[in-house]
Amino acid sequence: MTYIKPKFAHPRLPENKLGYTRKEYEGSLSTLCAGCGHDSISAAIVDACFELNIEPHRVAKMSGIGCSSKTPAYFLSNSHGFNSVHGRMPSVTTGANLANRSMIYLGVSGDGDTASIGMGQFTHVIRRNVNMTYIVMNNGCYGLTKGQDSATADYGSISKSGHVNSFEGIDLCGMAIELGATFVAQSFSGDKAQLIPLIKAALSHSGFSLINVVSPCVTFNNNQGSTKSYDYVREHNEALSSIDFVPVREEILTEYDHTKLKVVEMHDGSLIKLNKLSPEWDPQDKLSIMTALHKSHERHEILTGLLYIDSESVELNELINTTNVPLNTLTEKELCPGSEILEQICSDLR
Amino acid sequence: MSRVNDFVVRFANVNGTGSASANYLFAKSVFRMGVPVSAKNIFPSNIQGLPTWYEVRVSEKGYLGRKEGIDLMISVNPQSFKKDIASVRSGGYFLYDSTKPLHNEFLREDIHFIGVPLMEICNREFTDPRQKQLFKNIVYVGAVARLLNIDTNIIEGLFAEQFQGKEKLIAPNVKALHLGSDFIKENFSFPLDFYVEARDLVGDSIMIDGNSAAGLGAIYAGATVVSWYPITPSTSLVSSFESYAKKLRKDPLTGKNNFSIVQAEDELAAIGMAIGANWNGARSFTATSGPGLSLMSEFLGLAYYSELPVVLVDVQRSGPSTGMPTRTQQSDFISAAYASHGDTKHVLLIPSTPTECFDMMADAFDYAEKLQTPVIVMSDLDLGMNDHMTPAFKWDDSRKYQRGKVLTAEQLDALPQWGRYRDVDGDGIPYRTLPGTHPTKGSYFTRGSSHDENAAYSEDSPTYVRIMDRLLKKLETAKKMIPAPEVHLGEKKSDVAMLYFGTSMHAAEEALDILKNDGASMDAIRIKSFPFCNEVKEFIENYDRVFVVEQNRDAQMRSLLINELEIDPKKLIKVLNYDGTPITADFILKNVHQHLFQSIN
Ligand SMILES: Cc1ncc(C[n+]2csc(CCOP(=O)(O)OP(=O)(O)O)c2C)c(N)n1
Ligand code: SF4
Ligand SMILES: [Mg+2]
Repeated sequence: MTYIKPKFAHPRLPENKLGYTRKEYEGSLSTLCAGCGHDSISAAIVDACFELNIEPHRVAKMSGIGCSSKTPAYFLSNSHGFNSVHGRMPSVTTGANLANRSMIYLGVSGDGDTASIGMGQFTHVIRRNVNMTYIVMNNGCYGLTKGQDSATADYGSISKSGHVNSFEGIDLCGMAIELGATFVAQSFSGDKAQLIPLIKAALSHSGFSLINVVSPCVTFNNNQGSTKSYDYVREHNEALSSIDFVPVREEILTEYDHTKLKVVEMHDGSLIKLNKLSPEWDPQDKLSIMTALHKSHERHEILTGLLYIDSESVELNELINTTNVPLNTLTEKELCPGSEILEQICSDLR
Repeated sequence: MSRVNDFVVRFANVNGTGSASANYLFAKSVFRMGVPVSAKNIFPSNIQGLPTWYEVRVSEKGYLGRKEGIDLMISVNPQSFKKDIASVRSGGYFLYDSTKPLHNEFLREDIHFIGVPLMEICNREFTDPRQKQLFKNIVYVGAVARLLNIDTNIIEGLFAEQFQGKEKLIAPNVKALHLGSDFIKENFSFPLDFYVEARDLVGDSIMIDGNSAAGLGAIYAGATVVSWYPITPSTSLVSSFESYAKKLRKDPLTGKNNFSIVQAEDELAAIGMAIGANWNGARSFTATSGPGLSLMSEFLGLAYYSELPVVLVDVQRSGPSTGMPTRTQQSDFISAAYASHGDTKHVLLIPSTPTECFDMMADAFDYAEKLQTPVIVMSDLDLGMNDHMTPAFKWDDSRKYQRGKVLTAEQLDALPQWGRYRDVDGDGIPYRTLPGTHPTKGSYFTRGSSHDENAAYSEDSPTYVRIMDRLLKKLETAKKMIPAPEVHLGEKKSDVAMLYFGTSMHAAEEALDILKNDGASMDAIRIKSFPFCNEVKEFIENYDRVFVVEQNRDAQMRSLLINELEIDPKKLIKVLNYDGTPITADFILKNVHQHLFQSIN
């Protein structure tokens, strides 16, 4: 399952348009358990950034606390990272984004970090449509504190210790759509072919994008009876579409069957091509996806793929009319009104 | 005996009836006559209906602290008549709305009653129901102006300024003012045995509240990202930043904002955003009060340990818990100084006046960025929400923002090696980099878990200890950077001294003046920052005993002095005012005399 590799120099590694090899997008050696789903997601992030020709230092890696939140150390070592406090990555990312709207914000979090202690901040970062990608590495348990049930654990799911979960799990994707998230996707850490284009599309989306990735915890929640184990997810994974991401200004060369293919144009001109597997679902229609999610829940299936996208999304800085120049580059000249104006202000106070 | 420019007037109103601006008009007119004045709002945690008071002290000598004993009470709130009448000093005056007669049981032989039929006058003279209500306030201002010899032309001038663009409103206000003034003229003798006489004693002072001053200071300091969650008494600080920003921070070409303000979902998010923005190189702050400070604790530890600048203003109110949310106190000192779990310690700045709110707010960003650590400005409700007479603000146009040790791409290229947490200069302050600076150099993983000098995760004990010790060294550097205490020495050194800080300053200085006039001069020190500069210890060591004046129950500053400077507790005498009202000189003197008397016996 784990396909993240230690760094090593290879004379003929392929280069992307910036002349970087995949190596330039890797991080330090993972200290997670061998086989942990989180490592596969890190590897998919590396591939997505490499393929998108992103300059690594233009990315800020944000996280909370948990095994999942440690992963920014294991990808993009030329990017700054911020491992904040448990459940509060959204606020730190919001502040960072306000300070410099020109960077790419990639947040990773766990299901505990997001759906329990961080639920408040998660809902508000969606509501504000902060321009960021938010990946939940969802293993249905608290990995770092040794396997307690999390709020996304499904009703009836059995943990390694034999405990049967008696509460309904929170569906982060359904909730995010209800809250007005403008890009919502779901995937599986073991499905690299689906995950990489989803991450690429999310990173290119202007506004908040959520990717909830089921990511098995091999140590505490990969047993029989768990609904977040590799075996269970493979058997119950129901892909809504096959997805292809076409970066900005790349031509679509092939002809498509338009009854099945849906092309969504993104803010920056990139295209998402979706080969729809379900005829009644439309990724730009909230109602159809909410219905599909409810039905899949009844059938104990996990719907994966791009669930919903609003390509007209307006992100936070636009919403509050912030200047286009990153605020952190402004100087005394733009920021300080000077002594003459201060004297005027004072004379009005006499 | 008549007293000129030395008395206290108190207005008793009902919350939400528009009295605040009328009362302010009175205070401002005294100020315009060149006479020092201080005004204090005493208001409930309520939007409409409960009693509120506005107390104005007029002082030729420039004493701006609160004073007990009301000379003239203006009461337009029957709810509080009983209490209001009782609070007038013997021989004082009670002005009330005499449209309805006063209950006999309220009458006191030893004070004077001045009945002005406010409601009757307004019902007769105005037709609009809202005006009938609102102009009652202006009518009593007119009456008081006549009683105290205040020039109504000055008040008319204030109307003209207040209603710029709404000139229609000037005439009815002037009319109401004269209705009040004329009623006194026709029915009572005036002025009273205390009154205002024009002077030239206010210099170039201005009148402003501390929150407005701090908001403006943040504008001048170049703060761009503000995140906050509403809480009295800090809310108006962010409102001030916002209104100044809208005027002074629009990009001239695009009309877009050179700032961003986000009302967060709670205080955790507010400080989280401020930390994230500072991490990314923008100057960012948040403002709160006690309950918010408690919520911000975990994040303050992260900023301290990962060495990120952030500015926080704590406008203190009476705790614990919700406490008395609209009353003042200085009761967050211990929780701010050591906010967060583990060994943490923060830089505190302690303003005493709106001018210091402006200056310290501007300086706070320099300190936070130079020291790479949180800086907390410790204001309080009295300072933040009341209008104070204060020296005009100054700004040196050659001043550059001191952004601290932040490496550029060129500097990173020139360096043979770099480690985020290395103490290169021996001052305990490492070099930091901002995200996006360089394609291949200077990136690191900011974290609250233990790390080595290169920011790599480490649970190695000696490494942990090295970093923790360096953080202490950084605070030693801070002591030399942050404002030194203000020391007041008499002609002859005294045996006992007084220590005070923040809004106790005016009352303490008045008390010291009185002691001096009584031939019992006392040296004094005003603390302006934490961790304590070396001068504080040196000062205290010079005296047998030091009165520590503060506005909380548990003598928090005294605890900090004992804890940080290892001072013998017996030497530090507590003077503690914690009833929620601003401290007075009388209170300090009473405590000082009591202690000195006891120790003689
Ligand atoms: C305030 C606070 N409470 C509790 C913890 C302990 N803690 C660390 S990680 C964690 C749960 C992490 O679960 P999740 O986010 O799902 O991440 P995973 O390890 O499963 O990837 C908890 C409770 C903490 N670090 N901080
Ligand atoms: S405990 Fe679970 S989540 Fe954590 S590293 Fe191990 S497998 Fe991954
Ligand atoms: Mg988890």
